[in-house]
Amino acid sequence: MGVAELSYRDAVIRGIAQEMDRDNRVVFLGEDIGKAGGVFKSTVGLYEKFGPLRVRDTPISEQAILGAAMGAAMTGLRPIAEIMFSDFLAVCFDYVANEMSKLHYMTNGQLSCPVVIRTGNGGGARFGAQHSQSVENWTMMIPGVKVVAPSSPVDVIGLMAAAVRDPDPVVFHEHKSLYATKGEVPDGVIVDTLGTAKILRAGGDCTIVALALMVPRALEAAATLASEHGIDAEVIDVRSLVPLDTQTILGSVSKTGRLFTVEENPRLCGWGAEIASIVADEIFWDLDGPIVRITTPHIPLPAADHLEDLALPSAARIVDKVRRVLKA
Amino acid sequence: MASGSNPAVQSAPLSNDDIGLERRLELFRLQVEIRDCEKRAHDLFFQNLIKGTSHLSIGQEAIAAGFGVAMQKGDKSFCTYRGHAHTLARGASMEGLLGELMLRDVGLMRGKGGSMHLTSVEHDVYGSYAIIGAHLPIACGSAWRAQYLGEKDVSVVFFGDGTTNIGAFHEALNFAAVWKLPVIFVCENNLYMEYTPIGDVTAVKHPAADRAASYGLERILVDGNDADVVYRTAQAAIEKARRGEGPSLIECLTYRHSGHSRADPGKYRPPGELEEWLKRDPVIIYRQRLKDFGVTDDTITGIETESKRKVDAATATAKASPPAPVEILTTDVYADGGWAWRN
Repeated sequence: MGVAELSYRDAVIRGIAQEMDRDNRVVFLGEDIGKAGGVFKSTVGLYEKFGPLRVRDTPISEQAILGAAMGAAMTGLRPIAEIMFSDFLAVCFDYVANEMSKLHYMTNGQLSCPVVIRTGNGGGARFGAQHSQSVENWTMMIPGVKVVAPSSPVDVIGLMAAAVRDPDPVVFHEHKSLYATKGEVPDGVIVDTLGTAKILRAGGDCTIVALALMVPRALEAAATLASEHGIDAEVIDVRSLVPLDTQTILGSVSKTGRLFTVEENPRLCGWGAEIASIVADEIFWDLDGPIVRITTPHIPLPAADHLEDLALPSAARIVDKVRRVLKA
Repeated sequence: MASGSNPAVQSAPLSNDDIGLERRLELFRLQVEIRDCEKRAHDLFFQNLIKGTSHLSIGQEAIAAGFGVAMQKGDKSFCTYRGHAHTLARGASMEGLLGELMLRDVGLMRGKGGSMHLTSVEHDVYGSYAIIGAHLPIACGSAWRAQYLGEKDVSVVFFGDGTTNIGAFHEALNFAAVWKLPVIFVCENNLYMEYTPIGDVTAVKHPAADRAASYGLERILVDGNDADVVYRTAQAAIEKARRGEGPSLIECLTYRHSGHSRADPGKYRPPGELEEWLKRDPVIIYRQRLKDFGVTDDTITGIETESKRKVDAATATAKASPPAPVEILTTDVYADGGWAWRN
């Protein structure tokens, strides 16, 4: 079986196509996803391959998109709905917060909602405060929803397949600044598992837990920490916030004794705070020092490139923080 | 329907009627049962046996009955928090309904949903939704599924006049019209959004009907207190949707005899208004209709007596039911039956 280099963007296309090929009940709807191929070109060719009945362009009606996806899901289809920018989840949040997430529970299991909400998440594209946010924590706090944010092309395909096959609503965050990045992807059908973190770099001095765009930055920082500062960091890609693979994280921190989270979200209630809480609750005595969260400051994101770069955690900032804390 | 030999009628004026005796009796039975069950819910609320809240449809029964009779098995209902009537109209049991209102184990959702979220998939009731307007796009999705899979069922979504001023209403109408979905939007205009008259806060006189043109739909405004009118309107819209000719928006004029919810006495209503509408009580109108068509008093009182018996029996069953075991607190958060969010 061969391996080929694929962009994160093309992995999105391949992941959707893989699942639409497999199951006729998988349908796809959103704004500009069909004939136009998506505003990020991350759905190019799907309309041509699967036709207008399965790949449906919608009006700019986010409530209709998520509501229709839900109604189709609870009566038998497996819809993938695109919300172009994750910031726009705010205009249709009722469906995530109140409808899809509560359906199975409120109906005592009579109805389920197997919907995948794909959404372009994260900063770095100079889009300003309403098109750049990292909003994984918006949905992480809602019981009944699953939350995924892949960092590599192979994970995009595998987690997309897992999300589409999952019987619950899954919010699938694609990082806009990763669309052009490339990675090796094996041929054939790829299916991953929700709720599994990945140790991407083994190390004994500290654990760095990261998500999405912060993963390559954490890896870059770890390389610098090793080569320039003699610090051997273990890097974990969380990948799935709900379900959360706490065992991989707890195991790593038990071994290294130090935990750093690298989060793109503004500070308050970021996903790293929950992980910090779990680690403090359950393996406090394995810690050799305070847990440190590296986040975007608690500000809206600016459009100006030098300011946005300053706001988002960078590899240099991770290096600096880890080095100072560990050498203190 | 030939009625000459039917003991339920004394003469035969029904013989050439498009609705027919059997459906008329069903329209009456549903209205009576909904009325009695809603009255019982009202009483149980004031006995503190129904907790939380409760939104009654007393005065609005003809809409639920008209659609309930016109819809076929497989056609799907999407209701609001004022959904008791529509749930009963599809055949859900009074035990299940009153049990849910009383939050007992025998309830339709064993007390996990409560009065505002009545659901009975077995009876094609695909949920009652308590966020205004949310279920209009959801019904569109169900209709999309039918269209995509070539299934012939129609999705019907009921909502109040207040819903016509929220964004999801307009998104859903446009979406359904553009995709030509087999969905029927039924606005129960009872004149009050909650406590505020709908006319005080709406740019057009008829909140649903006057907006139909915006979505290329026919303007349909009907007497929602006449079950025959509702039935015929429903029938036409359902057939149209089933033929693949797209959605309908129907505004049914009606009036709720009680307040918006719970103990709301409805004091915001002008003097005399309720009295005027009580003269147009759908149950009384329909009772007289049956008599005009020659249905015997015995048949009518038989239906009324049986309704009261059913409500009493359902009340007894619900009262006797224990609350659900505490184990269900954490079941069915996720489709695997559990609530685990971590390993």
